[in-house]
Amino acid sequence: MKKFEVEDLTKIFGRSPVKGLELVRQGKEKEEILKETGMTVGVNRASFSVDSGEVFVIMGLSGSGKSTLVRLLNRLIEPTEGSVKLDGEDITKMNSEQLREARRTKMGMVFQRFALFPHKSVCENVEYGLEIQGVPKQERNKKALESLGLVGLENYADSYPDQLSGGMQQRVGLARALANDPDILLMDEAFSALDPLIRKDMQDELMDLQSSMQKTIIFITHDLDEALRIGDRIALMKDGKIVQIGTPEDILTNPANEYVEKFVEDVNLTKVLTASSIMKRSEALVLGKDGPRVALKRMREKGTSTVMVVGRDRTFLGVLTAEGAKEVAENGKSIEDVLIKDAVVVEEDTPVSDLLPKMAENQFAYPAVVTNEQGKLRGVVVRGAMFAALAGNGVNNDATS
Amino acid sequence: MQLPKIPLEQWIDTFVTWLTENFSGLFDFITNIIEPTVDFFQMILTLAPPVITVAVISLLVLLASRLSVALFTLVGLLLIVNLQLWEQSVETISLVLTASLVSVIIGVPLGILAARKQWVQNILTPVLDFMQTMPAFVYLIPAVFFFALGAVPGVIASVIFAMPPTIRLTNLGIRQVPKDLIEAADAFGSTSFQKLFKVQLPLAKSTIMAGMNQTIMLSLSMVVIASMIGAGGLGDVVLQAISRLEVGQGFEGGLAIVIIAIVLDRVTQSLGNGKRKIS
Ligand SMILES: Nc1ncnc2c1ncn2[C@@H]1O[C@H](COP(=O)(O)OP(=O)(O)OP(=O)(O)O)[C@@H](O)[C@H]1O
Ligand SMILES: [Mg+2]
Repeated sequence: MKKFEVEDLTKIFGRSPVKGLELVRQGKEKEEILKETGMTVGVNRASFSVDSGEVFVIMGLSGSGKSTLVRLLNRLIEPTEGSVKLDGEDITKMNSEQLREARRTKMGMVFQRFALFPHKSVCENVEYGLEIQGVPKQERNKKALESLGLVGLENYADSYPDQLSGGMQQRVGLARALANDPDILLMDEAFSALDPLIRKDMQDELMDLQSSMQKTIIFITHDLDEALRIGDRIALMKDGKIVQIGTPEDILTNPANEYVEKFVEDVNLTKVLTASSIMKRSEALVLGKDGPRVALKRMREKGTSTVMVVGRDRTFLGVLTAEGAKEVAENGKSIEDVLIKDAVVVEEDTPVSDLLPKMAENQFAYPAVVTNEQGKLRGVVVRGAMFAALAGNGVNNDATS
Repeated sequence: MQLPKIPLEQWIDTFVTWLTENFSGLFDFITNIIEPTVDFFQMILTLAPPVITVAVISLLVLLASRLSVALFTLVGLLLIVNLQLWEQSVETISLVLTASLVSVIIGVPLGILAARKQWVQNILTPVLDFMQTMPAFVYLIPAVFFFALGAVPGVIASVIFAMPPTIRLTNLGIRQVPKDLIEAADAFGSTSFQKLFKVQLPLAKSTIMAGMNQTIMLSLSMVVIASMIGAGGLGDVVLQAISRLEVGQGFEGGLAIVIIAIVLDRVTQSLGNGKRKIS
């Protein structure tokens, strides 16, 4: 189901946007228009749609129009032209009351510099969205505390924003956006002001929340690493235009033009990195020794849905999935019958750039298997480790998919 | 060659006469609001014997401000009582309070309007500049014209002279609220009233209070000058001293004014800074 459908959305800053619009239609570039008329093209005829439950990342260099685009979605900025359909209703045509209602119930926003109200306590901040809807004090307090609980800050309800660290403040910002229980989260560089370690935590936390709550998230960032980590799809912007929209794999493997290529260029560390440098050690199931129940127990412990099966000499035999193991346990089949043999198998010194297309081919269904020259199991490469490597932050043996 | 003089004087005079003839109802209405207000403050301040009133005031100051300010208030006001200037001081304080009250009641909404509508600010800015750069006692003349002599024209002149800082700083305080906080308020679907009362005004509070503080100080200085048109109070004491060349009496009157000025200043300042304390 489509959550947002954006068509031909354009924003021109300046004195006579209508004239600017004409120039844009003639295909003039942002820079030309600025030189000729002094007007700035914020967003240039952007069209895309976002599915319900999707994490849609908008990425681009500074000044490329990301903030403008996200503000056009909830009409904090009036569009010059184009339409934004939210659940089929055109935001750009709403009167102020309808717009307010949509903002109150459907969209929560998280800001780069947190934008917490300094004169309100953490709890009052989180309550704000409910307060202005006239929700009774007790009820909104309860909801605010629940929302703070989601981000692990229920003990700080009575603190003031300036008493919290940046990471905590942004959690409050997230809790404030979640308190109204909106379908959509708009996040404008929500994590950019945080230092790298906390930033990773926040990304993980957001992904956890996302998997349990299934919000539609529009996430702005200028950081490729972040985009690859959290995005289901990524839109790349340049000079107000969207130059490519695609899955992280698309963007990395088929850059639409030079700009995108340049953007992902740093990622080509993949030519140097080898499978062994990004694999993690994998415990294996020894055929003929361990049964399906052991397999299921291992998967549960590790939180994975597959386990590697090897012979007594650690020769790799195949991948056993949870479903497979269940069938064995319940229907008395043998492990060999359900073993998956077509997993990607590479040797330790295979470059990551060769590994990626292979993994992409089978939709990253299973971890790639890394063996030595004799075909003995050395480790596995999971999807997360692959992307971490692509994003240029190298080896992360703890990554799980 | 001698250019003929522009008859500005006559024009203004004609205009003022026209105003007095056609708007006397309005001027009566204003008088009927201001006079009782001044009387009300005077009545409150003279309910009890001076010493008791001073004690009560000092206690109130203690609640609103610091101990040192309260002590200064107590000692200072007792000194005024001792100098037998209490009656005149009460007159002055009543005029100041009335003028400040009127300034705030008119000035804060005007400041809010100026912050929200650019055209209001565009009109107000030159008017405010004009109001503040005119020498203070120039206001006395039209005030006398419309309201005769006494307390009312004194208050009117003070309001005109003292209101600009409240308008300016209310406008400034609201405009200074960070843009992303306004965006946050909008993004959650605030009405403009909710935005004003829940975000803009609370955040502009200390700036607005600074404006009010200036307004109060300016209206004190104007009220003293207004004794020239019979507003009464401590200004009278000083004015008499000047005309009779009595240095000592002039000093006493001046001292009383300074004491009142310091008390008003400190109290309004601590009200402005009386924000949440970080524990
Ligand atoms: N209120 C405004 N008035 C005029 N021009 C503006 C305004 N807001 C943004 N712009 C211009 O629109 C373009 C896009 O700005 P925008 O803030 O959307 O970029 P961004 O991609 O979010 O950049 P950053 O990564 O620095 O936040 C820029 O050229 C900017 O100068
Ligand atoms: Mg931005």
